[in-house]
Amino acid sequence: MRLTSVVPVSVLSALLSACGDGSPASQQEYGPNPQLPEPKRGLLPNMTVPERAEWGDRKPTVPDDYTITAIATDLKIPRQTLLLPNGDILVAEGTGGSAPLSKPKDVIAGVIKSKGTTSVESGNRLTLLRDSDGDGSYEEQTVFAENLNAPYGLALVEDNLYVANQDALVRFDYTEGQTRASGPPEEITKLPSEINHHWTKAMTASADGRYLYVGIGSNSNITERGMAAEVDRAVIWQINRRTGAHKPYATGLRNPTALTIQPETDQLWAVVNERDELGPNLVPDYLTTVREGAFYGWPYSYWGQNEDPRVRPQKPDKVASAIAPDYSLGAHVAALGVDFSVPEMGPGYSEGVFIGEHGSWNRSNPVGYKVVFVPFNNDQPDGEPVDFMTGFLTDDGRARGRPVGVTVDPDGAVIVADDLSNTVWRVTYDGEE
Amino acid sequence: MATDRTFRRSLHPLHAVLLAGTIPLFLGALLSDYAYSSTYYIQWATFASWLLAGGLVFAGLALLWAIIGLIRPDHRRPDYLVYIALLVATWIVGFLNALIHARDAWGMMPTGMILSIVMTLLACAATWIAFSRLHAGGQA
Repeated sequence: MRLTSVVPVSVLSALLSACGDGSPASQQEYGPNPQLPEPKRGLLPNMTVPERAEWGDRKPTVPDDYTITAIATDLKIPRQTLLLPNGDILVAEGTGGSAPLSKPKDVIAGVIKSKGTTSVESGNRLTLLRDSDGDGSYEEQTVFAENLNAPYGLALVEDNLYVANQDALVRFDYTEGQTRASGPPEEITKLPSEINHHWTKAMTASADGRYLYVGIGSNSNITERGMAAEVDRAVIWQINRRTGAHKPYATGLRNPTALTIQPETDQLWAVVNERDELGPNLVPDYLTTVREGAFYGWPYSYWGQNEDPRVRPQKPDKVASAIAPDYSLGAHVAALGVDFSVPEMGPGYSEGVFIGEHGSWNRSNPVGYKVVFVPFNNDQPDGEPVDFMTGFLTDDGRARGRPVGVTVDPDGAVIVADDLSNTVWRVTYDGEE
Repeated sequence: MATDRTFRRSLHPLHAVLLAGTIPLFLGALLSDYAYSSTYYIQWATFASWLLAGGLVFAGLALLWAIIGLIRPDHRRPDYLVYIALLVATWIVGFLNALIHARDAWGMMPTGMILSIVMTLLACAATWIAFSRLHAGGQA
Protein backbone atom coordinates (compact mmCIF):
# COMPACT_ATOMS: atom_id res chain seq x y z
CA MET A 1 0.00 0.00 0.00
CA ARG A 2 1.23 3.45 -0.80
CA LEU A 3 -0.25 5.16 2.19
CA THR A 4 1.10 8.57 1.42
CA SER A 5 -0.14 8.87 -2.08
CA VAL A 6 -3.65 7.60 -2.23
CA VAL A 7 -6.72 8.89 -0.51
CA PRO A 8 -7.36 7.31 2.87
CA VAL A 9 -10.47 5.47 1.79
CA SER A 10 -8.33 3.01 -0.14
CA VAL A 11 -6.73 1.95 3.13
CA LEU A 12 -10.09 1.46 4.75
CA SER A 13 -11.24 -0.28 1.64
CA ALA A 14 -8.34 -2.69 1.71
CA LEU A 15 -9.11 -3.55 5.32
CA LEU A 16 -12.80 -4.05 4.81
CA SER A 17 -13.04 -5.49 1.35
CA ALA A 18 -13.15 -9.19 0.74
CA CYS A 19 -10.17 -9.29 -1.59
CA GLY A 20 -7.70 -7.06 0.23
CA ASP A 21 -4.94 -5.39 -1.67
CA GLY A 22 -4.21 -8.16 -4.15
CA SER A 23 -5.26 -8.34 -7.75
CA PRO A 24 -2.30 -6.87 -9.63
CA ALA A 25 -2.70 -5.94 -13.25
CA SER A 26 -1.20 -9.29 -14.32
CA GLN A 27 -4.39 -11.04 -13.27
CA GLN A 28 -6.29 -9.12 -15.90
CA GLU A 29 -7.68 -11.20 -18.69
CA TYR A 30 -7.31 -9.98 -22.26
CA GLY A 31 -8.68 -11.14 -25.55
CA PRO A 32 -11.77 -12.87 -26.88
CA ASN A 33 -12.32 -15.43 -24.11
CA PRO A 34 -11.42 -13.94 -20.73
CA GLN A 35 -11.71 -16.18 -17.67
CA LEU A 36 -14.18 -14.35 -15.48
CA PRO A 37 -13.79 -14.61 -11.69
CA GLU A 38 -16.82 -14.97 -9.44
CA PRO A 39 -18.43 -11.63 -8.61
CA LYS A 40 -17.51 -10.38 -5.15
CA ARG A 41 -17.94 -7.20 -3.18
CA GLY A 42 -16.65 -6.44 0.31
CA LEU A 43 -18.30 -4.09 2.79
CA LEU A 44 -16.77 -1.22 0.90
CA PRO A 45 -16.17 -1.12 -2.86
CA ASN A 46 -12.50 -1.24 -3.83
CA MET A 47 -11.47 2.29 -4.68
CA THR A 48 -8.12 3.93 -5.27
CA VAL A 49 -8.31 7.40 -6.74
CA PRO A 50 -4.77 8.55 -7.54
CA GLU A 51 -4.18 12.15 -6.58
CA ARG A 52 -3.00 14.66 -9.14
CA ALA A 53 0.69 15.12 -9.90
CA GLU A 54 2.41 17.49 -12.31
CA TRP A 55 4.29 16.46 -15.45
CA GLY A 56 7.02 19.05 -14.83
CA ASP A 57 9.71 18.40 -17.45
CA ARG A 58 8.57 14.84 -17.94
CA LYS A 59 6.54 13.45 -20.79
CA PRO A 60 4.76 10.14 -21.30
CA THR A 61 7.04 7.27 -22.32
CA VAL A 62 6.77 6.06 -25.91
CA PRO A 63 8.63 3.27 -27.77
CA ASP A 64 12.07 3.85 -29.37
CA ASP A 65 11.80 5.47 -32.80
CA TYR A 66 8.85 7.53 -31.60
CA THR A 67 8.82 11.14 -30.44
CA ILE A 68 6.23 12.71 -28.17
CA THR A 69 5.35 16.41 -28.04
CA ALA A 70 2.77 18.36 -26.08
CA ILE A 71 1.10 20.28 -28.91
CA ALA A 72 -1.38 22.12 -26.68
CA THR A 73 -1.43 22.78 -22.93
CA ASP A 74 -3.67 24.64 -20.51
CA LEU A 75 -6.80 23.52 -22.32
CA LYS A 76 -10.16 23.29 -20.55
CA ILE A 77 -10.60 19.52 -20.19
CA PRO A 78 -9.79 18.09 -23.64
CA ARG A 79 -11.66 14.86 -24.41
CA GLN A 80 -11.84 13.88 -28.07
CA THR A 81 -9.98 15.15 -31.12
CA LEU A 82 -10.74 15.25 -34.84
CA LEU A 83 -8.18 15.52 -37.61
CA LEU A 84 -9.36 17.82 -40.41
CA PRO A 85 -8.36 17.29 -44.07
CA ASN A 86 -5.79 20.12 -44.02
CA GLY A 87 -4.06 18.72 -40.95
CA ASP A 88 -5.70 21.01 -38.41
CA ILE A 89 -6.82 19.35 -35.21
CA LEU A 90 -10.10 20.10 -33.44
CA VAL A 91 -10.27 19.43 -29.71
CA ALA A 92 -13.60 19.03 -27.87
CA GLU A 93 -13.29 20.41 -24.34
CA GLY A 94 -15.61 20.23 -21.39
CA THR A 95 -17.34 18.12 -18.83
CA GLY A 96 -20.99 17.25 -18.35
CA GLY A 97 -23.44 15.25 -16.30
CA SER A 98 -26.07 16.58 -13.95
CA ALA A 99 -26.87 13.53 -11.84
CA PRO A 100 -28.36 14.70 -8.55
CA LEU A 101 -27.27 13.11 -5.28
CA SER A 102 -29.40 10.06 -4.78
CA LYS A 103 -28.04 8.14 -1.81
CA PRO A 104 -25.68 8.94 1.11
CA LYS A 105 -23.05 7.00 -0.85
CA ASP A 106 -23.09 9.66 -3.60
CA VAL A 107 -22.10 12.37 -1.12
CA ILE A 108 -19.01 10.44 -0.04
CA ALA A 109 -18.11 9.24 -3.54
CA GLY A 110 -18.28 12.82 -4.83
CA VAL A 111 -15.64 13.97 -2.35
CA ILE A 112 -13.32 11.05 -3.12
CA LYS A 113 -13.60 11.34 -6.90
CA SER A 114 -12.95 15.09 -6.91
CA LYS A 115 -9.37 14.33 -5.79
CA GLY A 116 -8.66 12.50 -9.02
CA THR A 117 -10.01 14.96 -11.55
CA THR A 118 -8.92 18.32 -12.84
CA SER A 119 -10.13 21.46 -11.07
CA VAL A 120 -10.27 23.38 -14.34
CA GLU A 121 -13.71 24.57 -15.42
CA SER A 122 -15.51 22.93 -18.31
CA GLY A 123 -14.44 24.58 -21.57
CA ASN A 124 -17.64 23.81 -23.50
CA ARG A 125 -15.80 24.73 -26.67
CA LEU A 126 -13.83 23.45 -29.63
CA THR A 127 -10.24 24.54 -29.95
CA LEU A 128 -8.46 24.39 -33.31
CA LEU A 129 -4.74 23.59 -33.42
CA ARG A 130 -2.71 24.37 -36.55
CA ASP A 131 0.84 23.61 -37.58
CA SER A 132 1.27 26.04 -40.52
CA ASP A 133 4.90 25.26 -41.33
CA GLY A 134 4.71 21.53 -40.76
CA ASP A 135 7.49 21.44 -38.16
CA GLY A 136 5.37 19.45 -35.70
CA SER A 137 4.78 22.39 -33.41
CA TYR A 138 1.17 23.58 -33.44
CA GLU A 139 1.86 27.27 -33.03
CA GLU A 140 -1.63 28.48 -33.88
CA GLN A 141 -4.38 27.86 -31.35
CA THR A 142 -7.82 29.40 -31.86
CA VAL A 143 -11.24 28.89 -30.36
CA PHE A 144 -13.30 27.40 -33.20
CA ALA A 145 -16.63 27.42 -31.36
CA GLU A 146 -17.76 28.12 -27.82
CA ASN A 147 -20.86 28.03 -25.61
CA LEU A 148 -21.39 24.38 -26.46
CA ASN A 149 -22.76 21.95 -23.89
CA ALA A 150 -20.07 19.44 -22.94
CA PRO A 151 -19.06 18.58 -26.53
CA TYR A 152 -17.48 15.13 -26.94
CA GLY A 153 -18.07 13.29 -30.23
CA LEU A 154 -16.79 14.94 -33.42
CA ALA A 155 -17.27 13.97 -37.07
CA LEU A 156 -16.70 15.65 -40.41
CA VAL A 157 -18.78 14.64 -43.43
CA GLU A 158 -18.09 16.68 -46.58
CA ASP A 159 -18.44 20.29 -45.45
CA ASN A 160 -20.45 19.51 -42.34
CA LEU A 161 -18.87 19.43 -38.92
CA TYR A 162 -20.99 17.45 -36.47
CA VAL A 163 -20.59 17.87 -32.73
CA ALA A 164 -22.26 15.62 -30.17
CA ASN A 165 -23.03 17.79 -27.15
CA GLN A 166 -24.20 16.04 -24.00
CA ASP A 167 -27.81 16.93 -24.90
CA ALA A 168 -27.95 17.37 -28.68
CA LEU A 169 -26.31 16.63 -31.99
CA VAL A 170 -25.44 19.90 -33.74
CA ARG A 171 -23.93 20.82 -37.11
CA PHE A 172 -21.57 23.59 -38.20
CA ASP A 173 -20.75 24.55 -41.78
CA TYR A 174 -17.07 23.90 -42.37
CA THR A 175 -14.79 25.12 -45.11
CA GLU A 176 -11.23 23.92 -45.30
CA GLY A 177 -8.84 26.33 -43.64
CA GLN A 178 -11.49 27.87 -41.39
CA THR A 179 -10.24 28.72 -37.90
CA ARG A 180 -13.53 29.90 -36.45
CA ALA A 181 -17.08 28.70 -36.98
CA SER A 182 -19.05 31.06 -39.22
CA GLY A 183 -22.07 31.09 -36.95
CA PRO A 184 -23.98 29.25 -34.27
CA PRO A 185 -24.67 25.58 -34.93
CA GLU A 186 -27.88 24.02 -36.21
CA GLU A 187 -29.50 21.35 -34.03
CA ILE A 188 -29.98 18.05 -35.87
CA THR A 189 -31.63 16.14 -33.02
CA LYS A 190 -31.84 16.09 -29.26
CA LEU A 191 -29.89 13.37 -27.51
CA PRO A 192 -31.02 11.67 -24.28
CA SER A 193 -29.73 13.89 -21.49
CA GLU A 194 -31.89 13.40 -18.40
CA ILE A 195 -29.60 12.85 -15.38
CA ASN A 196 -26.68 11.99 -17.72
CA HIS A 197 -24.83 9.80 -15.21
CA HIS A 198 -22.71 8.80 -18.22
CA TRP A 199 -22.86 12.02 -20.20
CA THR A 200 -20.31 11.51 -22.99
CA LYS A 201 -21.80 11.24 -26.47
CA ALA A 202 -19.20 9.46 -28.57
CA MET A 203 -19.68 9.74 -32.31
CA THR A 204 -18.43 8.62 -35.68
CA ALA A 205 -19.80 8.77 -39.22
CA SER A 206 -20.56 5.71 -41.34
CA ALA A 207 -18.14 4.99 -44.18
CA ASP A 208 -20.63 6.17 -46.79
CA GLY A 209 -21.35 9.34 -44.83
CA ARG A 210 -25.11 8.76 -44.64
CA TYR A 211 -25.34 8.07 -40.94
CA LEU A 212 -23.85 9.18 -37.69
CA TYR A 213 -23.46 6.72 -34.84
CA VAL A 214 -23.76 8.14 -31.33
CA GLY A 215 -22.97 6.24 -28.12
CA ILE A 216 -25.32 6.95 -25.21
CA GLY A 217 -24.17 5.58 -21.86
CA SER A 218 -26.36 4.17 -19.08
CA ASN A 219 -27.81 6.39 -16.37
CA SER A 220 -26.38 4.30 -13.53
CA ASN A 221 -23.75 1.75 -12.65
CA ILE A 222 -26.27 -1.06 -12.50
CA THR A 223 -29.90 0.22 -12.44
CA GLU A 224 -29.61 1.91 -9.03
CA ARG A 225 -31.72 4.76 -10.40
CA GLY A 226 -34.41 2.37 -11.61
CA MET A 227 -35.19 1.15 -15.11
CA ALA A 228 -37.31 4.23 -15.87
CA ALA A 229 -34.07 6.22 -15.96
CA GLU A 230 -32.64 3.84 -18.58
CA VAL A 231 -35.00 4.56 -21.46
CA ASP A 232 -32.84 5.26 -24.55
CA ARG A 233 -29.67 4.60 -22.52
CA ALA A 234 -26.83 2.08 -22.91
CA VAL A 235 -27.39 2.14 -26.66
CA ILE A 236 -25.76 3.24 -29.87
CA TRP A 237 -28.03 5.31 -32.07
CA GLN A 238 -27.88 5.39 -35.83
CA ILE A 239 -28.85 8.91 -36.88
CA ASN A 240 -29.70 10.10 -40.37
CA ARG A 241 -27.44 13.12 -40.51
CA ARG A 242 -29.74 15.08 -42.82
CA THR A 243 -33.08 14.55 -41.05
CA GLY A 244 -32.05 13.71 -37.50
CA ALA A 245 -34.22 10.57 -37.64
CA HIS A 246 -32.70 7.93 -35.41
CA LYS A 247 -33.06 4.36 -34.20
CA PRO A 248 -31.22 2.14 -31.76
CA TYR A 249 -28.47 0.42 -33.76
CA ALA A 250 -27.28 -1.81 -30.92
CA THR A 251 -28.34 -2.03 -27.26
CA GLY A 252 -27.10 -3.27 -23.88
CA LEU A 253 -23.74 -1.46 -24.20
CA ARG A 254 -23.28 0.07 -20.73
CA ASN A 255 -21.10 3.01 -21.70
CA PRO A 256 -19.89 3.17 -25.31
CA THR A 257 -17.23 5.84 -24.93
CA ALA A 258 -15.57 5.86 -28.34
CA LEU A 259 -16.65 4.72 -31.80
CA THR A 260 -14.71 4.30 -35.01
CA ILE A 261 -15.05 2.75 -38.45
CA GLN A 262 -12.61 0.07 -39.62
CA PRO A 263 -11.26 1.34 -42.96
CA GLU A 264 -10.87 -2.08 -44.62
CA THR A 265 -14.35 -3.34 -43.78
CA ASP A 266 -16.45 -0.21 -43.10
CA GLN A 267 -17.44 -1.99 -39.86
CA LEU A 268 -18.42 0.04 -36.76
CA TRP A 269 -16.27 -0.67 -33.68
CA ALA A 270 -16.67 0.60 -30.13
CA VAL A 271 -14.90 0.56 -26.80
CA VAL A 272 -17.29 0.10 -23.89
CA ASN A 273 -16.87 0.59 -20.15
CA GLU A 274 -18.51 -2.14 -18.14
CA ARG A 275 -20.07 -2.22 -14.66
CA ASP A 276 -18.33 -1.72 -11.31
CA GLU A 277 -18.51 -3.22 -7.82
CA LEU A 278 -18.30 -6.88 -8.81
CA GLY A 279 -14.61 -7.14 -7.93
CA PRO A 280 -11.22 -5.91 -9.15
CA ASN A 281 -11.11 -8.21 -12.18
CA LEU A 282 -14.74 -8.00 -13.18
CA VAL A 283 -16.33 -6.92 -15.51
CA PRO A 284 -13.85 -6.48 -18.41
CA ASP A 285 -14.11 -3.30 -20.44
CA TYR A 286 -14.10 -4.26 -24.07
CA LEU A 287 -13.39 -3.53 -27.71
CA THR A 288 -16.02 -4.89 -30.07
CA THR A 289 -17.56 -4.77 -33.49
CA VAL A 290 -21.03 -3.33 -33.12
CA ARG A 291 -23.52 -5.63 -34.79
CA GLU A 292 -26.77 -4.07 -35.96
CA GLY A 293 -29.69 -5.07 -33.75
CA ALA A 294 -27.50 -6.93 -31.26
CA PHE A 295 -28.00 -6.81 -27.48
CA TYR A 296 -24.80 -6.80 -25.43
CA GLY A 297 -26.27 -7.61 -22.02
CA TRP A 298 -26.47 -4.48 -19.87
CA PRO A 299 -27.98 -4.41 -17.33
CA TYR A 300 -29.20 -8.00 -17.14
CA SER A 301 -25.97 -9.81 -17.92
CA TYR A 302 -22.29 -9.23 -18.67
CA TRP A 303 -19.86 -10.75 -21.18
CA GLY A 304 -22.62 -12.62 -22.87
CA GLN A 305 -25.01 -14.37 -20.56
CA ASN A 306 -23.46 -14.03 -17.09
CA GLU A 307 -26.40 -12.79 -15.04
CA ASP A 308 -25.88 -9.75 -12.84
CA PRO A 309 -27.40 -10.57 -9.43
CA ARG A 310 -28.07 -6.90 -8.68
CA VAL A 311 -30.75 -6.46 -11.32
CA ARG A 312 -34.41 -6.92 -10.31
CA PRO A 313 -36.65 -7.75 -11.96
CA GLN A 314 -34.39 -10.02 -14.02
CA LYS A 315 -35.35 -10.82 -17.59
CA PRO A 316 -34.22 -14.31 -18.57
CA ASP A 317 -35.27 -13.83 -22.19
CA LYS A 318 -33.06 -10.75 -22.45
CA VAL A 319 -30.15 -12.63 -20.87
CA ALA A 320 -30.66 -15.44 -23.35
CA SER A 321 -30.48 -12.99 -26.24
CA ALA A 322 -27.25 -11.29 -25.08
CA ILE A 323 -24.12 -11.74 -27.17
CA ALA A 324 -20.55 -11.54 -25.91
CA PRO A 325 -18.31 -8.74 -27.16
CA ASP A 326 -15.15 -9.44 -29.20
CA TYR A 327 -12.14 -8.54 -27.08
CA SER A 328 -11.51 -7.94 -23.35
CA LEU A 329 -9.30 -4.98 -22.48
CA GLY A 330 -9.28 -5.84 -18.75
CA ALA A 331 -11.63 -4.71 -15.99
CA HIS A 332 -11.78 -1.03 -14.96
CA VAL A 333 -9.16 0.21 -17.47
CA ALA A 334 -11.78 2.75 -18.64
CA ALA A 335 -11.14 2.80 -22.37
CA LEU A 336 -12.23 6.20 -23.67
CA GLY A 337 -10.55 6.43 -27.05
CA VAL A 338 -10.15 4.18 -30.08
CA ASP A 339 -8.80 4.61 -33.61
CA PHE A 340 -7.42 2.34 -36.31
CA SER A 341 -3.74 2.55 -37.17
CA VAL A 342 -2.09 3.04 -40.56
CA PRO A 343 1.14 1.55 -42.02
CA GLU A 344 2.81 4.95 -41.57
CA MET A 345 2.77 4.32 -37.78
CA GLY A 346 5.72 1.95 -38.19
CA PRO A 347 6.10 -1.81 -38.51
CA GLY A 348 5.21 -2.72 -34.92
CA TYR A 349 2.03 -0.69 -34.89
CA SER A 350 0.79 -0.77 -38.46
CA GLU A 351 -2.22 -3.06 -38.17
CA GLY A 352 -4.50 -2.67 -35.19
CA VAL A 353 -6.13 -0.08 -32.95
CA PHE A 354 -4.81 2.42 -30.47
CA ILE A 355 -6.88 2.66 -27.30
CA GLY A 356 -6.79 5.43 -24.70
CA GLU A 357 -7.24 4.02 -21.21
CA HIS A 358 -8.31 6.70 -18.74
CA GLY A 359 -7.39 4.45 -15.81
CA SER A 360 -9.16 2.74 -12.92
CA TRP A 361 -10.73 4.05 -9.74
CA ASN A 362 -12.57 0.87 -8.85
CA ARG A 363 -9.76 -1.46 -7.80
CA SER A 364 -6.91 -1.29 -5.27
CA ASN A 365 -4.05 -1.50 -7.78
CA PRO A 366 -4.58 1.01 -10.58
CA VAL A 367 -4.77 -0.31 -14.16
CA GLY A 368 -5.05 1.61 -17.41
CA TYR A 369 -3.49 5.10 -17.31
CA LYS A 370 -1.88 4.44 -20.68
CA VAL A 371 -2.45 4.15 -24.40
CA VAL A 372 -2.29 0.58 -25.66
CA PHE A 373 -2.14 -0.94 -29.11
CA VAL A 374 -4.24 -4.00 -29.89
CA PRO A 375 -2.67 -5.77 -32.88
CA PHE A 376 -5.00 -7.01 -35.64
CA ASN A 377 -4.61 -9.75 -38.20
CA ASN A 378 -7.13 -10.42 -40.97
CA ASP A 379 -9.19 -7.49 -39.69
CA GLN A 380 -9.60 -9.13 -36.24
CA PRO A 381 -7.81 -8.52 -32.92
CA ASP A 382 -4.89 -10.91 -32.66
CA GLY A 383 -2.74 -10.95 -29.52
CA GLU A 384 -2.48 -9.14 -26.21
CA PRO A 385 -2.55 -5.34 -25.89
CA VAL A 386 0.89 -3.74 -26.19
CA ASP A 387 1.81 -0.63 -24.18
CA PHE A 388 2.29 2.32 -26.51
CA MET A 389 2.25 5.34 -24.22
CA THR A 390 2.92 4.99 -20.49
CA GLY A 391 4.30 7.01 -17.57
CA PHE A 392 0.98 8.58 -16.60
CA LEU A 393 1.33 7.28 -13.03
CA THR A 394 4.15 8.32 -10.71
CA ASP A 395 6.16 5.73 -8.76
CA ASP A 396 4.18 6.61 -5.66
CA GLY A 397 0.83 6.08 -7.33
CA ARG A 398 -0.26 9.58 -8.24
CA ALA A 399 -1.53 10.47 -11.72
CA ARG A 400 0.17 13.02 -13.95
CA GLY A 401 -2.38 12.60 -16.70
CA ARG A 402 -5.24 10.47 -17.96
CA PRO A 403 -5.60 9.60 -21.65
CA VAL A 404 -8.98 10.03 -23.33
CA GLY A 405 -9.51 10.39 -27.09
CA VAL A 406 -7.05 8.88 -29.56
CA THR A 407 -6.83 9.95 -33.21
CA VAL A 408 -4.47 8.50 -35.81
CA ASP A 409 -2.96 10.95 -38.28
CA PRO A 410 -2.39 9.09 -41.59
CA ASP A 411 0.99 10.80 -41.89
CA GLY A 412 2.16 8.61 -39.02
CA ALA A 413 1.19 10.20 -35.72
CA VAL A 414 -1.17 9.54 -32.84
CA ILE A 415 -2.96 12.43 -31.16
CA VAL A 416 -3.96 11.83 -27.53
CA ALA A 417 -6.11 14.09 -25.35
CA ASP A 418 -5.23 14.12 -21.63
CA ASP A 419 -8.06 15.48 -19.47
CA LEU A 420 -6.14 15.57 -16.18
CA SER A 421 -3.14 17.66 -17.26
CA ASN A 422 -5.29 19.42 -19.90
CA THR A 423 -2.79 18.63 -22.62
CA VAL A 424 -2.93 17.28 -26.16
CA TRP A 425 -0.01 14.94 -26.92
CA ARG A 426 1.23 13.97 -30.38
CA VAL A 427 3.36 10.90 -30.92
CA THR A 428 5.18 10.63 -34.25
CA TYR A 429 7.03 7.74 -35.85
CA ASP A 430 10.59 8.65 -36.81
CA GLY A 431 11.82 5.33 -38.20
CA GLU A 432 11.53 3.76 -41.63
CA GLU A 433 8.14 2.45 -42.70
CA MET B 1 -36.95 10.13 47.74
CA ALA B 2 -33.43 11.17 46.78
CA THR B 3 -32.99 8.00 44.70
CA ASP B 4 -36.22 8.74 42.90
CA ARG B 5 -35.01 12.20 41.93
CA THR B 6 -31.82 10.72 40.51
CA PHE B 7 -33.87 8.36 38.35
CA ARG B 8 -35.92 11.23 37.07
CA ARG B 9 -32.88 13.19 36.05
CA SER B 10 -31.08 10.22 34.58
CA LEU B 11 -32.57 10.68 31.12
CA HIS B 12 -32.51 14.28 29.97
CA PRO B 13 -35.48 15.13 27.71
CA LEU B 14 -33.19 15.80 24.74
CA HIS B 15 -31.40 12.50 25.33
CA ALA B 16 -34.81 10.83 25.38
CA VAL B 17 -35.84 12.48 22.11
CA LEU B 18 -32.61 11.38 20.38
CA LEU B 19 -33.06 7.86 21.63
CA ALA B 20 -36.76 7.60 20.79
CA GLY B 21 -36.09 9.05 17.32
CA THR B 22 -34.04 6.00 16.40
CA ILE B 23 -37.15 3.80 16.37
CA PRO B 24 -39.20 5.56 13.65
CA LEU B 25 -36.09 6.12 11.55
CA PHE B 26 -34.83 2.54 11.73
CA LEU B 27 -38.36 1.15 11.47
CA GLY B 28 -38.89 3.38 8.44
CA ALA B 29 -35.72 1.94 6.88
CA LEU B 30 -36.96 -1.57 7.57
CA LEU B 31 -40.38 -0.91 6.07
CA SER B 32 -38.74 0.72 3.04
CA ASP B 33 -36.55 -2.37 2.65
CA TYR B 34 -39.66 -4.49 2.73
CA ALA B 35 -41.34 -2.26 0.13
CA TYR B 36 -38.27 -2.50 -2.14
CA SER B 37 -38.01 -6.25 -1.79
CA SER B 38 -41.67 -6.73 -2.64
CA THR B 39 -41.92 -4.21 -5.50
CA TYR B 40 -38.34 -3.81 -6.82
CA TYR B 41 -39.20 -0.10 -6.96
CA ILE B 42 -35.85 1.62 -6.45
CA GLN B 43 -37.34 4.66 -4.65
CA TRP B 44 -37.78 2.50 -1.53
CA ALA B 45 -34.13 1.47 -1.51
CA THR B 46 -33.16 5.13 -1.64
CA PHE B 47 -35.58 5.99 1.20
CA ALA B 48 -34.14 3.13 3.26
CA SER B 49 -30.58 4.44 2.80
CA TRP B 50 -31.44 7.95 4.02
CA LEU B 51 -33.67 6.81 6.91
CA LEU B 52 -30.85 4.53 8.00
CA ALA B 53 -28.34 7.39 7.85
CA GLY B 54 -30.71 9.57 9.89
CA GLY B 55 -31.14 6.79 12.46
CA LEU B 56 -27.36 6.51 12.78
CA VAL B 57 -27.09 10.24 13.52
CA PHE B 58 -29.77 10.01 16.25
CA ALA B 59 -28.35 6.78 17.69
CA GLY B 60 -24.82 8.20 17.57
CA LEU B 61 -25.77 11.35 19.47
CA ALA B 62 -27.78 9.37 22.03
CA LEU B 63 -24.82 7.05 22.51
CA LEU B 64 -22.45 9.99 22.96
CA TRP B 65 -24.81 11.46 25.57
CA ALA B 66 -25.08 8.13 27.36
CA ILE B 67 -21.30 7.64 27.47
CA ILE B 68 -20.74 11.15 28.80
CA GLY B 69 -23.39 10.30 31.41
CA LEU B 70 -21.07 7.60 32.78
CA ILE B 71 -19.18 10.41 34.50
CA ARG B 72 -21.94 10.42 37.08
CA PRO B 73 -21.29 7.67 39.65
CA ASP B 74 -25.00 6.88 40.06
CA HIS B 75 -25.08 5.91 36.35
CA ARG B 76 -22.55 3.14 36.78
CA ARG B 77 -25.07 0.45 37.45
CA PRO B 78 -26.18 -2.61 35.49
CA ASP B 79 -29.33 -1.15 33.91
CA TYR B 80 -27.43 1.78 32.51
CA LEU B 81 -24.58 -0.39 31.24
CA VAL B 82 -27.04 -2.73 29.51
CA TYR B 83 -28.62 0.31 27.90
CA ILE B 84 -25.23 1.51 26.61
CA ALA B 85 -24.31 -1.96 25.37
CA LEU B 86 -27.59 -2.22 23.44
CA LEU B 87 -27.06 1.21 21.94
CA VAL B 88 -23.50 0.34 20.89
CA ALA B 89 -24.80 -2.85 19.27
CA THR B 90 -27.56 -0.89 17.52
CA TRP B 91 -25.06 1.57 16.11
CA ILE B 92 -22.56 -1.05 14.93
CA VAL B 93 -25.24 -3.15 13.21
CA GLY B 94 -26.71 0.05 11.76
CA PHE B 95 -23.34 1.16 10.39
CA LEU B 96 -22.68 -2.21 8.76
CA ASN B 97 -26.18 -2.00 7.35
CA ALA B 98 -25.43 1.44 5.90
CA LEU B 99 -22.42 -0.02 4.08
CA ILE B 100 -24.58 -2.85 2.75
CA HIS B 101 -27.21 -0.33 1.68
CA ALA B 102 -24.52 1.48 -0.33
CA ARG B 103 -24.42 -1.49 -2.71
CA ASP B 104 -26.18 -0.76 -5.95
CA ALA B 105 -29.74 -1.90 -6.59
CA TRP B 106 -30.54 -5.47 -5.47
CA GLY B 107 -26.92 -5.90 -4.33
CA MET B 108 -28.08 -4.71 -0.88
CA MET B 109 -30.51 -7.64 -0.55
CA PRO B 110 -31.22 -9.82 1.34
CA THR B 111 -28.47 -8.87 3.84
CA GLY B 112 -29.75 -5.30 4.08
CA MET B 113 -33.21 -6.31 5.22
CA ILE B 114 -31.94 -8.89 7.73
CA LEU B 115 -29.66 -6.26 9.29
CA SER B 116 -32.54 -3.76 9.30
CA ILE B 117 -34.63 -6.18 11.35
CA VAL B 118 -31.79 -6.76 13.85
CA MET B 119 -31.00 -3.06 14.07
CA THR B 120 -34.62 -2.08 14.65
CA LEU B 121 -35.11 -4.70 17.37
CA LEU B 122 -31.91 -3.53 19.11
CA ALA B 123 -33.07 0.09 18.95
CA CYS B 124 -36.43 -0.89 20.46
CA ALA B 125 -34.69 -2.86 23.23
CA ALA B 126 -32.31 -0.01 24.07
CA THR B 127 -35.15 2.48 24.21
CA TRP B 128 -37.30 0.13 26.29
CA ILE B 129 -34.59 -0.36 28.88
CA ALA B 130 -33.84 3.34 29.02
CA PHE B 131 -37.46 4.42 29.32
CA SER B 132 -38.63 1.69 31.68
CA ARG B 133 -35.66 1.40 34.01
CA LEU B 134 -33.89 4.75 33.93
CA HIS B 135 -36.64 7.23 33.49
CA ALA B 136 -39.30 5.33 35.37
CA GLY B 137 -40.49 8.54 36.97
CA GLY B 138 -43.91 8.67 38.60
CA GLN B 139 -43.56 5.37 40.51
CA ALA B 140 -43.36 7.29 43.75
